[in-house]
Amino acid sequence: MFRRALLALALAGLAVGARYQLGTPITEELAAQYDLRPVVLPDGRGLPPGEGKVAEGERIYAEKCASCHGARGEGYPFNRLVSEPFPITPDTEPVEYAIGNYWQYPTTLFDYIRRAMPFGQEGTLTDEEVYHLVAFLLYMNGITEADTPINQKTLPTIRMPARELLDLDPETKRRFPWLTLP
Amino acid sequence: MDRRRFFRILGAGGLLGLLKAKAQGLPWTEETFAPTKTLGAPLSEYGERSPFEAEVVRYISPNLRTRHSGADFAPLERLEGVITPNGLHFERHHAGVPQVDPKYYRLVIHGMVERPLVFTLEELKRFPSVTRTYFIECAGNGQNGYRNPPDPNLTATRSRGLASNASWTGVPLALLLKEAGVKPGAKWLIPEGMDAAMYTRSLPLEKAMEDVLVAYAQNGEALRPEQGYPVRLVVPGWEGSIQVKWLRRILVTDLPAMAKDETSEYTDVMADGRVLAFTWVMDPESIITYPSGLQQIKPGFHEIRGLAWSGHGRITKVEISFDEGRTWREAALEPPVERYAFVRFKMPWYWDGKEVVLWSRAWDERGNTQPTREEFFKKWGRNNRYHYNAIQAWRVLPDGRVVNGDRPLGGQASGPAGGCGGEVFDV
Ligand code: HEC
Repeated sequence: MFRRALLALALAGLAVGARYQLGTPITEELAAQYDLRPVVLPDGRGLPPGEGKVAEGERIYAEKCASCHGARGEGYPFNRLVSEPFPITPDTEPVEYAIGNYWQYPTTLFDYIRRAMPFGQEGTLTDEEVYHLVAFLLYMNGITEADTPINQKTLPTIRMPARELLDLDPETKRRFPWLTLP
Repeated sequence: MDRRRFFRILGAGGLLGLLKAKAQGLPWTEETFAPTKTLGAPLSEYGERSPFEAEVVRYISPNLRTRHSGADFAPLERLEGVITPNGLHFERHHAGVPQVDPKYYRLVIHGMVERPLVFTLEELKRFPSVTRTYFIECAGNGQNGYRNPPDPNLTATRSRGLASNASWTGVPLALLLKEAGVKPGAKWLIPEGMDAAMYTRSLPLEKAMEDVLVAYAQNGEALRPEQGYPVRLVVPGWEGSIQVKWLRRILVTDLPAMAKDETSEYTDVMADGRVLAFTWVMDPESIITYPSGLQQIKPGFHEIRGLAWSGHGRITKVEISFDEGRTWREAALEPPVERYAFVRFKMPWYWDGKEVVLWSRAWDERGNTQPTREEFFKKWGRNNRYHYNAIQAWRVLPDGRVVNGDRPLGGQASGPAGGCGGEVFDV
């Protein structure tokens, strides 16, 4: 009995010894509360419920985005957002890189706008507003039709033309042979 | 030149210098040495540099459209040794520098882990600590090299000053991950910053287990706010943009996020039309900081000085050419020569007053070296924005002025894109 207790203690000690017992365990629910603007993964994880409409997006864009990105997304004083839906070539100047010709994943658009825009008022958009803006910007870039629904299900399946150009850095491929691009 | 002659010339230069000083009539009067007769400043709680050094500052491009997303440059040619003083470390951020109260600081690790954990700053500091000297370099460092024709007014700062080097103290990220217990199948970490843009990137778990630091100190004191106070990632050898500052959360998962700053930015347009993702490792770099662009030198003795580094490993050799790459001479490396850290290289040089072009190139332990401009653009696109590491040339003109010695390329004129490159030119 005594020996068994000792053994149990030693085992517990080992388990403890492997760690430092620093930091406070939290539940995933608590972690979710801390997760103010959840990361959206390319497979759609992290996308909230809701659906985007182009017309709504156009209205919100004019109000909250146009002053920095141009009335039609042509981009002044800040980044151009709208371009032809043809991927860039090596001759395309960087100021011309925009969603339609350079962005490789549609999910990035949701993640980034919710996370970081509008510049100076980050974190003020509702999920619904973000969906509308994504719908509008994808439509303006010629990626989707005016009536394409943009939601949790559809957004990850939209193919961006510039994805065809994307390849892994050879040094990264060498070091991490398991790594593939989504 | 044989040694004897070299020293004779050296001697002559020194004597000449003295005679000149005398001729200029340096006022060696009592007033010049007034400080020897008055009490100096009293004890002070936090030391400031001499007011005579006030003009040694980071370079901020006058053309920026905002100072809340952009970069500024460490004044490389004004610094000695290898450590970048904390107030001069280059900056890059996307939504300004947040002010974080360490009392309320928390780091959450969650996702594919056995035990989601939250750490206070005090708890992070209780872990076994590691102090290492590492460079941090913006992927956009060298972006002015994409300009064609080359900028005649380029300085060493504007050529390669989006890199800095510091002694970082922190806890290995591997220890925190073991504490949380990573679940099988997890491959990626998504670290997130506490800035308004809640900056995120994707980092392979494997690298985190190798050598990534969760750093809280920089050159012995707490991180500067621009460097992520109170806590940032330090990812040795990799592009600065993955070394998330003001670190608040790490999501452990099985997919990369393909965040804006690893897709729309920090991807590389190659000459063959491909766009490369995850170009993490910084290729070898070297920059002669003296003599360098917009400096003025006199005939006689000079110590050529510069900095070299590589994200692939230790610097093994730095070479200098005086004839645009036909012949090379090996510079001395000042110890210690550490992995993923700046190395100071030096070469004694007697300038005879004739026009000359200086080149430097670094070699690392994996055998990588720097390409010429022409070689660089065979591989990387002319309109790429990042990872420019071609040899920087400095031309010393007969009047002693030093200017950009880079050769123009054929074809279209182009300018840098701004943002992470630190400068904007309307093209
Ligand atoms: C006050 C000016 C301002 C406003 C308003 C603004 N933005 Fe931005 N936007 C910026 C700046 C500056 C950047 C670059 C940020 C960086 O450095 O990462 C940017 C970047 C972007 C990008 C990434 C561009 C690229 O190709 O990398 C997108 C997309 C974007 N904004 C969308 C929006 C949307 C949608 C809105 C409206 C909700 C908006 N922005 C409002 C200033 C603004």
